[in-house]
Amino acid sequence: MISKTTTLVAGVAIAMTGLAAIAQEPDQDGTSEFRTFDPVAGELLNFAGSGDLAQTGGEAVYGAVCAGCHMPDGAGAQGAGVYPSLVENDLLAAPSYPIYLILEGQGAMPPLGGIMDDQQVADVVNYIRSSFGNDFNGEWGEATAEDVGETRQ
Amino acid sequence: MTMTRRELLGAVGMTAGSAAMYYAMASLGHAQDSTYQGRISLTGEPTNGRRVLVLGAGLAGMTAALELRDAGYDVQVLEYREKAGGRCWTLRSGDTYTDIDGVTQNVDFEDGNYINPGPWRIPYNHHGVLDYCKRLGVRLEPFIQKNHNAYLHRSDAFGGEPQRFRHVATDYRGHVAELLAKATNQGMLDAEVTEADRETLINSLRTFGHLNDDNAYVESDRTSQYRGYAREAGGGRDGAPVPSEPMDFETLLQSDLWRWLSEAETTSHQNAIFQPVGGMDMIAQAFAREVDDLITYNARVISMIQNGDTVTVQYEDRENGGDPVEMTADWCVCTIPFSILGQMDHNLPSAKAQVVDTMYYEGAIKFGLEFNRRFWEEDDSIYGGITYTDLPISLISYPSTDYFSDGKGVLLGGYVWGANAYQFNAMQPDEAVRWAVEYGSRIHPQYPEEFSSGVCVSWHKVPWTLGCYGIWQDKERDYAGVVEMGPDDRIVLAGEHLSYLPAWMEGAILSSLDAIAQLHVRATDSGAGE
Ligand SMILES: Cc1cc2nc3c(=O)[nH]c(=O)nc-3n(C[C@H](O)[C@H](O)[C@H](O)COP(=O)(O)OP(=O)(O)OC[C@H]3O[C@@H](n4cnc5c(N)ncnc54)[C@H](O)[C@@H]3O)c2cc1C
Repeated sequence: MISKTTTLVAGVAIAMTGLAAIAQEPDQDGTSEFRTFDPVAGELLNFAGSGDLAQTGGEAVYGAVCAGCHMPDGAGAQGAGVYPSLVENDLLAAPSYPIYLILEGQGAMPPLGGIMDDQQVADVVNYIRSSFGNDFNGEWGEATAEDVGETRQ
Repeated sequence: MTMTRRELLGAVGMTAGSAAMYYAMASLGHAQDSTYQGRISLTGEPTNGRRVLVLGAGLAGMTAALELRDAGYDVQVLEYREKAGGRCWTLRSGDTYTDIDGVTQNVDFEDGNYINPGPWRIPYNHHGVLDYCKRLGVRLEPFIQKNHNAYLHRSDAFGGEPQRFRHVATDYRGHVAELLAKATNQGMLDAEVTEADRETLINSLRTFGHLNDDNAYVESDRTSQYRGYAREAGGGRDGAPVPSEPMDFETLLQSDLWRWLSEAETTSHQNAIFQPVGGMDMIAQAFAREVDDLITYNARVISMIQNGDTVTVQYEDRENGGDPVEMTADWCVCTIPFSILGQMDHNLPSAKAQVVDTMYYEGAIKFGLEFNRRFWEEDDSIYGGITYTDLPISLISYPSTDYFSDGKGVLLGGYVWGANAYQFNAMQPDEAVRWAVEYGSRIHPQYPEEFSSGVCVSWHKVPWTLGCYGIWQDKERDYAGVVEMGPDDRIVLAGEHLSYLPAWMEGAILSSLDAIAQLHVRATDSGAGE
């Protein structure tokens, strides 16, 4: 896995500024590269990070990656094996466990520390800890980018 | 003195190029040859119990079933799906596929068209797979890996215009040869190359890079024979070809397009490379013809317990429901991917259980896009092969079969790993296909007009693998202990993930052969058991 460096983070930031500008006026000034449909503003962040995730904020990060397996409503899914439900899940109470799993992966879940920066990991951890019937941020405190950085080491 | 291309690149200090080559080799296709030694021979009677349960009817499971049955074992196979083959799988017109979240895609392709959502090519040195194909009567045809007339494309190079592989390859090689010849003549390589060899080197560079008598790579009849003419040779009036002008080195270097030049050069991708006629699952079907009577389908194994001299397995009957069904045998070959085995009730020794729990599964997505006509052949003269791009679809691969046919044709419209694969995985299939069509249209403007229908398989959403292939946390440390059948074990583990050819069918087969060889030694050992 590629470990995140400052240059990569800067790359994402630049890509996003450019896209934000396009997002306001898709197509009108001829700058949009889109040929087959007009994406809405949020969609322009899809695949914008080249190797990283461009989305920021817990909900957007969750929707862009985690929802694929844990499902948009956090209910998980079952086949020959299961993707665990995040709904009312006490394992999410302390931030350290979800931080660790996101960085290291486990079972079917790949490590995602290579495509998310510390803030993105902290944000998505706090999002799942305060969604899907969970309410852990008050009592247990919020995850911070620093917590994530320390877990990485 | 001969120099490899890598040495050439190194000599002119293009470490970036070498890094790209290393990157290509370190990705899915590790450059590994196979150790297959011919058909396995399991001689001797199994005196310590002949009942074997095989879990999973992928290639690893079916190889074990076929060979153990032939060696006199009483074999039963339990398979979660309604059919055999596992990842060795083809989607054809009329098929449906349901993701783990219950979303069903109907494959609306024209009759005879298909896409291989998993394995799609078989290297010439995967001797095990090829031998089983021969034994089981699977017809193979060439898979076109490298096509000089396909494209290389980056959104920020050449104004987003795709470039023909032959232009990039010929020009890059020519310019590098010219530079190296210059460096040699200017005495810059005197320390590395003896005086006697210098002349030989220059001569070889002229041949290798198509340089002129002044060691320059320039527009000429000769270079056009490799990169293509501006106007091709004809007959009669205006028959004379017009040479084409090479791209200048700086533009080419900065374009980054050279990063894909060696994709087809690992031993896993070199010519000859094959595919089964009619779809990859022809291999699965051929195995299933042999062992179908041994397989119980729709059986979701939920526990696997070894105790002393037996193994007890429980499975849920997915069709009829009811209480779990229990089966007992003397031995068990478990080929269930660790992503799923880790969630089952089992009593594997803790060192193995630890690896089962920590192996994670890489994601990947493939798109099968059908178009009303084969515009890549008709308009672009591309017959098979692969176009590489920095767009999130990574590549477009043209069908290596049914060339020049009328009617619709199916492209591999993207094969994606990493961050982009995770994002595609979070989309619904129709949305993901919409993006794949958008990106492809930037390379082939015919897309919007000709697109007919599409399917995609995102491997983290495949209910019976939960991923594409297994990744070890620390293979060097743990591998030997996991693939070894311990003295107290009644269970042996097998599958793609237990090989040094991960994510290759060859790995699944070799792992299975090694597993049953171990099992057979135990089952025929007259000193053991009591
Ligand atoms: C995208 C992709 C591209 C690939 N490209 C190539 C390629 O070009 N060339 C190549 O040679 N290889 C390629 N491979 C790799 C190849 O497909 C695999 O290595 C091989 O098919 C694995 O075989 P297996 O028997 O180990 O596992 P599988 O085929 O996964 O078999 C395991 C079986 O176990 C079953 N199962 C799972 N859980 C249970 C349960 N609880 N109870 C009962 N049954 C269960 C599954 O349904 C499945 O049938 C590719 C794979 C992918 C995903």
